[in-house]
Amino acid sequence: MSAVTEKDLVDFVYREARLLDELRYEEWLGLYAEDAHYWMPAEWRQTDPRLQASLMYEDMLLLRIRVERLSGARTFSQKPKSRAQHLLQAPQVDELNPAENRYRTYTPFHYAETRGDEFNIYAGWARHELRVEEGNLKIVLKRVDLVNFDAPFGNIQLFM
Amino acid sequence: MTRYAADPSAIKALIHPERVHRDVYTDPDIFRLEMKHLFANTWVYVGHASQIPNPGDYLTTEIGDQPVMASRHTDGSIHVLYNRCPHKGTKIASEACGNTGKFFRCPYHAWSFKTNGALLAIPFKKGYDGTGLEESEAVKGLAPVGAAHVYRDFIFARLAPSGVDFATFFGESLSSIDNMIDRSPEGKLVLEGAPLRYMHPCNWKMLVENQTDTCHPMVAHESSAGTAVSVWEREQAKGGKKPMAVEVYAPFMSPYDFFEKMGIRVWPNGHGHTGVTTSIHADYSAIPGYFEKMVEAYGEERARAILGENRHNTIYFPNIMVKGPIQTLRLFKPIAADRTLVESYTFRLVGAPDMLFERTLMYNRLINAPTSIVGHDDLEMYERAQLGLHADGLEWVNIQRLYEPGEAEDVTEISGGTSERQMRNQFHAWAKYMTMSMKPEDAAFQEAAQ
Repeated sequence: MSAVTEKDLVDFVYREARLLDELRYEEWLGLYAEDAHYWMPAEWRQTDPRLQASLMYEDMLLLRIRVERLSGARTFSQKPKSRAQHLLQAPQVDELNPAENRYRTYTPFHYAETRGDEFNIYAGWARHELRVEEGNLKIVLKRVDLVNFDAPFGNIQLFM
Repeated sequence: MTRYAADPSAIKALIHPERVHRDVYTDPDIFRLEMKHLFANTWVYVGHASQIPNPGDYLTTEIGDQPVMASRHTDGSIHVLYNRCPHKGTKIASEACGNTGKFFRCPYHAWSFKTNGALLAIPFKKGYDGTGLEESEAVKGLAPVGAAHVYRDFIFARLAPSGVDFATFFGESLSSIDNMIDRSPEGKLVLEGAPLRYMHPCNWKMLVENQTDTCHPMVAHESSAGTAVSVWEREQAKGGKKPMAVEVYAPFMSPYDFFEKMGIRVWPNGHGHTGVTTSIHADYSAIPGYFEKMVEAYGEERARAILGENRHNTIYFPNIMVKGPIQTLRLFKPIAADRTLVESYTFRLVGAPDMLFERTLMYNRLINAPTSIVGHDDLEMYERAQLGLHADGLEWVNIQRLYEPGEAEDVTEISGGTSERQMRNQFHAWAKYMTMSMKPEDAAFQEAAQ
């Protein structure tokens, strides 16, 4: 891949959301590096995913378990199946650092998830930390902070 | 007029030894009576003293539907007060946890109160001269609940001014809290980490019953724990140590026989626990350095005894569950007949390695979060039960598993781990504490009103 541009980063963030909205989870997992984490903090301006409470802090093994579970024959909480939709604000590039192979974006979003007749909307900020591996951008860390991370939610089953 | 208003015989008729009527889960009048009677007559968990370490610290919560707070007074004592200004009713404290300084000040008219609830001052007080304010209930300040008790930093309260005392109510069941605390080399817990809050579209009792329901994990959680096991079986070919998360998930898929051997112990007044001989928490990898610290603190024999006690879920009736080996506490807050807020709290063992607390937090988010796949499985079952119970074809819920006719009630006994005895134990206590303060004249009054 030639030098990473701001447009590459913005396009990447949009593409990730589109794969999630189209429920193309295998391709979605392919956007993540093998040592990647998906993190949803449960505290304001949280700094530590291990010794502070989080809603999610998952490595690739746990994300694969989630994805396989969604299509399981006995996954009763997915009968009927959920659908999702992302509304992203234009991603902002916070860091474009080819020297250290580190790229970071910031994307405020609204996210909707269904389950049968239920329809829930969430709002927050997504932060992507990316790097180039064998010519492709990969997610190293996706951090999703909900604006009301401390409120009691019902089931959140898909990915923001 | 309601069918059940303050009529002890109608309440008792809902509970048979081996089955309960569906109205205990669905009927709004039963729910109101639970708030008025059950949650007033029982000792209900309020919070942990480590949340309010300093004078002026407070925490707010609910006992049933009653807004209360626990306040740390200047002399270090803890007071459980109704969170309501005696003047116009305004809630005095609005944050889950905070510090009010030297006194509470109502934000509406600036009546102020000492941190033990006593009235401190009223602005422009001469307006009450000669009005008889000193004879009113308002002048007494923030009203205390009926009784409060702090057991090894666990704060409990009973709303009713009289009733069963703390020691009688909990009896030997406190041994599960003891074991959780003793797991700290310093014998001290600190509540740390934000609670995970999870709203459930079901009756609060379904959640409590599920804690000792050992015949559901291998069925309802096949989708989550079962998938975790199968993905790990595939991945482990790549080598590497079994991850902590897989150690957490996998035991949910243990066979019936394992859960049967775990055993269940019931105690009087609705308390009980799963995991008498062993449990799904018994086989985790050792945390480096922890056992050594325990031996240093307690000696080897005692350290082994503490860590060898691997109780699974302990129910403190009516509405908390404590998991000693994991250091979590789940509070099942009733909101409506078909709505329950679950708050799952984590404790740090003072003096233990960080990695233990890391596991506590991991367990909490993998199992108890609204983003937890295990939680998704459970909520689905509760929701379906809450909806299914409206079916008129059957009106009773069966809790008969391993029931023996003539089974003793309000006793300490151990039975097979797949028994539904703890559910029966809870409902026996439910009927007792629902009806103990219902006066026959209340029922007569209700009938007259009809």
